[in-house]
Amino acid sequence: MQEELFTSGRHIPNIDPSLQIWHWPIALYLFLGGLAAGILFFAALFYILGKEKEYPSAVKIATTIPPIALSLGLLALVYDLTHPLYTWQLYTTFRIESPMSWGAWVLLIVTPLSFLWTFSFYRESFSNIESKLNLFKRLKFLNTFEKFVITNRKYIAYALIPLSIILGVYTGILLSAFNARPLWNNAILGPLFLTSGLSTGAATIILLSKSIKERHLFGKIDLGLIIIELALIIHMIMGYYAGSQVQLEAMELLVGGEFTLMFFGFVVLLGLLVPALLELIELTGYKVPVIVPAIMVIIGGLIFRFIMIEAGQLTRYLY
Amino acid sequence: MRYAMVIDTLKCVGCSDCVVACQTENDVPHGYCRDWITESVSGSYPNVELELKSERCNHCDNAPCVRCCPTGASHIVEGGVVLVTANECIGCGACIESCPYDARYQHPDGYVDKCTFCHHRLVKGQLPACVSVCPTKCMYFGDLDNPNSEVSQLLKNRKYKTLAPEAGTNPHVFYLI
Ligand code: SF4
Ligand code: SF4
Repeated sequence: MQEELFTSGRHIPNIDPSLQIWHWPIALYLFLGGLAAGILFFAALFYILGKEKEYPSAVKIATTIPPIALSLGLLALVYDLTHPLYTWQLYTTFRIESPMSWGAWVLLIVTPLSFLWTFSFYRESFSNIESKLNLFKRLKFLNTFEKFVITNRKYIAYALIPLSIILGVYTGILLSAFNARPLWNNAILGPLFLTSGLSTGAATIILLSKSIKERHLFGKIDLGLIIIELALIIHMIMGYYAGSQVQLEAMELLVGGEFTLMFFGFVVLLGLLVPALLELIELTGYKVPVIVPAIMVIIGGLIFRFIMIEAGQLTRYLY
Repeated sequence: MRYAMVIDTLKCVGCSDCVVACQTENDVPHGYCRDWITESVSGSYPNVELELKSERCNHCDNAPCVRCCPTGASHIVEGGVVLVTANECIGCGACIESCPYDARYQHPDGYVDKCTFCHHRLVKGQLPACVSVCPTKCMYFGDLDNPNSEVSQLLKNRKYKTLAPEAGTNPHVFYLI
């Protein structure tokens, strides 16, 4: 038996007894980043496949979300910095070993691209709004700019495919790169967060789609992604089981410990299994409002990020 | 040159002089500390062992805090000392999450702070404040690259350990046991 206690009064704020350095904004940021990555990936993919007419929600409508999500996410991130006046220091260097640095740069490229994408479909998809605002009549240069963006949309789409994947993976790698937090130090987190981001993206496309054909296709895609995600979660847990003592202890937080109900109840059951079942029932011909599983997937994805951020900071090396 | 600290756990009495000396020398804000004492008891009665030691940033060779820093605020200088440049730090906390020893903290002014091995004293040829005040003289500081230095000799002749070597950071604060 080993016991350790601090005698010099180490009660450093946010450090002792366990880290509380990252709060809800980081969880929200990871969720929004993954969501934006998912939507942008599908938008670019179906645009390149020439399916923009068939799947208008994926290519045009849902893509209004990523610019908002990324801007909110960035705000949340900066809100959680404790020295925010120096944020520009992120862009004085690129540090290849730092996931944070990758994220900062990828966001700097993806965010404007997502704005351009939405802008290029604005007049087409939101003609009712434009007829009230008359932006293009008032600001003449918008017409030439729009033409320029539309002629280059293909290149934006080609750029968005790898960039959205990097963004989605990054939301997981950001955590898995921390060897010091055993719960996070699991390489499966990158693909897991990417899959979860794609799945929440597909769910959002379903939510905003008016075409039954599109909802069905994305219901199928989402079902596939949920199955992959479940497999990755099993992988993650097996990885901890095969790990060192600190990883076993970390896993106990999720399996049997204080986050068990949250994790298995809200993420695995209500966020993955039940929506998968509903989508399956729907595909076999029964009537299920696809909105229900879509909302469950989105909320499950959000809760998953919160659990990982909270629980990860409770885990550490004991020496 | 590779600076290292060697601390004799058999001589440490846990008086916390090093903690106070550091707080005074480095203007550490109230309620925070860059070094601290741990007291660990192991074994089961009647065969129990008490170990006292002073801990701080280990100025790791394979420093995860430096690798994950997105701005380069955390960096390594000559002699292997890991430092933070306050006006390059954005306070993202990545380095705090990455340190297996929880050796860093957020300064109330926002940037991240930690033990510097008293770098400002080293450049003047002085010892770190904690080492210089220890009443039992249980702390040693010097150059590991020099085989004749006191620290090299101690590590050659005594049994020692480092903290959480399994974390793979290659720490450079050594504890004689
Ligand atoms: S002890 Fe922590 S802060 Fe110090 S160099 Fe090692 S990892 Fe970095
Ligand atoms: S908190 Fe400061 S020193 Fe630490 S990783 Fe972020 S920018 Fe670097």
